[in-house]
Amino acid sequence: MLKIRVIPCLTIKGQKLVKSVRFAEHRNIGSYIAAVRVFNVRDVDELILLDLDAHSRGIERWLIEEVTKECFMPVTLGGGVKTIEDVQQLLSAGADKVSMNTGALERPELIREASERYGSQCVVVSIDAKQEGDQWNVYKNGGVISAGKDVVSWAREVERLGAGEILLNSIDRDGVMEGYDTELIHAVAQAVRIPVIALGGAGIPEHCVDAVRAGASAVSAASIFQYTQATPQMIKAALKNAGFPARD
Amino acid sequence: MRNIQNKEFEKSSMSSIAIVDYGMGNVGSVRNALSLLGAKARVTMQSDDFEAASHIILPGVGAFADGMRELRERGLIDILNREVRDKNKPFLGICLGMELLGSDGVEGGTTQGLDYIRGSVRRFLIDEDAFRLPHIGWNNITTRNAATLFRGIGTHDFYFVHSYILTPEDERDVSATCDYGVVFAAAVERENVFGTQFHPEKSQKAGLAVLRNFLNYHAQ
Repeated sequence: MLKIRVIPCLTIKGQKLVKSVRFAEHRNIGSYIAAVRVFNVRDVDELILLDLDAHSRGIERWLIEEVTKECFMPVTLGGGVKTIEDVQQLLSAGADKVSMNTGALERPELIREASERYGSQCVVVSIDAKQEGDQWNVYKNGGVISAGKDVVSWAREVERLGAGEILLNSIDRDGVMEGYDTELIHAVAQAVRIPVIALGGAGIPEHCVDAVRAGASAVSAASIFQYTQATPQMIKAALKNAGFPARD
Repeated sequence: MRNIQNKEFEKSSMSSIAIVDYGMGNVGSVRNALSLLGAKARVTMQSDDFEAASHIILPGVGAFADGMRELRERGLIDILNREVRDKNKPFLGICLGMELLGSDGVEGGTTQGLDYIRGSVRRFLIDEDAFRLPHIGWNNITTRNAATLFRGIGTHDFYFVHSYILTPEDERDVSATCDYGVVFAAAVERENVFGTQFHPEKSQKAGLAVLRNFLNYHAQ
C-alpha cells in the first residue's frame, strides 16, 4: 500500500536556514547542511528545499549541490525556477523533483514544457494561498504580490498543463503552528487527481492527521521540526494510530 | 575473469560501472549511491567505457519516446545491444530505464523499446479518482523467491515516481510486484537483464541492498 509521506521543508535565505511566520519575519535558525544530515539519519520519506533568494539573484548551483550530495532521500528543489534550463539545471544538480511557483504563474507553459521533457512526475507546482473573503487567492513573489487567480482554478490549470504534484502552502498558517487550513486542502484535493502536499500550520502531529483526512497525499512541515520535539517518526505514528498507512 | 586469482584486481574489475549518459534526468544520485557502496562508476556515452565496464546501469526519468530518441541519437542502442545482448553484461534499468527494456511504449508517441524484456509500457489503467497519478512515494513490494536483486531483502518499502508501467508478456520475467490499484511489475529480471520501476538509489537502506545485489551478480 502506498504510504502517506511526511516531508520536512527547509527554506534557505542569506545562505542560512530560515523560518518565517506568514511569509515574513524570516528568522535564522542555523545551518541547512546540519538539518539535511539530521533528516538523512532519520531516513525521512522525502525532503523539500526552497532557496528563497533564487528568485532575485538566480539559482546558485554550488548551494544546490552542497545540499544534494548530502541527500540520500528523494529531494524536491525549488526557488527561482523560470525556464526549462533552470529545471534542467536543478535536475542535473541532483533534484528528483523541481518545484516552480512564480515562474509558472508568469508563464504557465513552463509547466507543459517541463512535464513533456522530463515527465510529470518531476514537476511540482507550488501554490501560495491566502484567504480573502470566502475564497483563496494565489500569491507570487514569495507571497508579496497577488497573482489575480483563484487557488482552486489555478490548481486545475496546473494539473491540465502536466504538473505531477501540487505543493499547497497556506500563507495565513505559515509558521503559526495552529493547524493546517483543512478547508483549503479539501477544496484543492477534491478539484484535482494529482497528489497534493499540504504545507503550513503543523504544530503537533495530530495536525498532520487532519491534513490527510482533508485529502492530502503528503504532509510537509518546517516549524514543528525546528521549534518542537516532534519528529517525522512521531507524525507517522500519529498517522498509523488514525488508520493511515505510513512507513516505518 | 573467473580464473583470475588476484582478489584486489577482481574486486576492482567487478565494480566498474558504466552509467548511461543520455540526458534523461538525475544520474548524480545513482553515482552517489554506488560510491557509497564503494563501486567505481562513470557517467558516460563512450563506447570504450561500456566495453571496459563490468556492469551497466540505465537510469532516467521522463518520457519513453524521448528516452529512446536520445539513446538512438547518441549511438547508444548499438553499444547496449553489443554489451548486454551479445556479451551478457549485467544490466540494470531504473524507472524509465526499466520501461525502456520493454518492446514498445506510448508515452510521447508509439515507440519501439530495447526489447530485452518482451512486453508493452502503458499508463496505469486504474480508477484515478481513488488512486492519484503519478504514483509517488513509498510502497511495499512482493518479491519472487529466487530473485537475484532481492536476495536477503525482506518486505520493504521502495520509492516510486511514475505513471507508466511495463507489463512483461512472460510472467517469469517479473521478479517483484507492487499494488497500486492494480498489481504491476515493480521489478523484472531475465538472465543478465534487470529492471526496477522504483528508485533503489533513493530507497535508503533497502535500495542500497538491491544495488549491492546487482553489483554482486556476474553473468554465468
